[in-house]
Amino acid sequence: MCSGKAKGRLKLWLGLAVMIVLTPLGLLASGTAWGEWGSDEIKSLVGFIPKGLQRFSDLWKAPLPDYSFKGWEEAPFLHSAFAYIASAVIGVAVVLGMAYLLGRLLAKREESNG
Amino acid sequence: MHIPDGYLSPQTSGVLLAAMAPIWIRASRKVKKTLQARNVPLMALGAAFTFTIMMFNVPLPGGTTGHAVGGTLVAIALGPWAATIAVTIALVVQAIFFGDGGILAIGANCFNMAFVLPFVGYYVYKAIASRTNPRHKWLAAGIGSYVGINVAALIAAIEFGIQPALFHTAQGVPLYSPYPLSVTIPAMTIPHLLVAGVVEAVVTAGVVIYLQRSGEPFFNQERKQIDTAKPVNAAAQS
Repeated sequence: MCSGKAKGRLKLWLGLAVMIVLTPLGLLASGTAWGEWGSDEIKSLVGFIPKGLQRFSDLWKAPLPDYSFKGWEEAPFLHSAFAYIASAVIGVAVVLGMAYLLGRLLAKREESNG
Repeated sequence: MHIPDGYLSPQTSGVLLAAMAPIWIRASRKVKKTLQARNVPLMALGAAFTFTIMMFNVPLPGGTTGHAVGGTLVAIALGPWAATIAVTIALVVQAIFFGDGGILAIGANCFNMAFVLPFVGYYVYKAIASRTNPRHKWLAAGIGSYVGINVAALIAAIEFGIQPALFHTAQGVPLYSPYPLSVTIPAMTIPHLLVAGVVEAVVTAGVVIYLQRSGEPFFNQERKQIDTAKPVNAAAQS
């Protein structure tokens, strides 16, 4: 194992950490993504809430809706930024855990020829 | 591009989930063949990267927002099948924990962003890269990722746009996403062509330049393994 390679990989992980800290930049863009409106927004757009949409839209209650804490929808920017970074940390931790687990299940061992 | 629940009929969601099933199985088999245990962290890093890059919303023309996905970048680094798995993990966590993209719509979102996007992006990249100087890899990566995200946005627009014609009440009132193709296609594609695709291309090309300059060994080795899909034994790598 050469150390240069390990160093290179460490830099990639550091890059991810920097990205996480910078995520609140993504909050500066206001507005909803096209086609991702809540029920209220779609009502104001088309004048009614389509029946099927209403039926399925609240099927799942996410623990951290919109990468924020419940009740923090109107919180000042610094609060939202904190919640956003916290969401990124939690999300990345879960993603890494799932990917490692799946990777472990799938990947072949270095020595084995199977 | 994260379609929430309620915008697609259960039938549409079901068809796309059924379409994803064999893709996920194939991806698992391909990755099983090519993924070395020591490279598991790289796949995890790729998944975490796409998760995080999708949090960087950028304002789009028309008052909406969008974001890069990074799927083509992961495909270039680790192969398109590994990218399918990495982006799928990110999308599942986004849907379950953060309500970003629906639970019923998970098959649709994975089809668009974990399958169409990285595969289109990767093969456009490959077609260009194989005909040009390796020094211009970044340009091929940028163009590939730009095409990938835009084709994915178009597919999402089609999924949205076929809803009112297919699923409506007896009076013709839409049951799900209410806009026809004539609205959804420009609404989805123009902002992605003008802004989100450019962001995707810049991020992808930038990271490819970095990986090339830093001489990342996995970056040049892994692709050969993945491309030929031949298991490489330890002796061949010394």
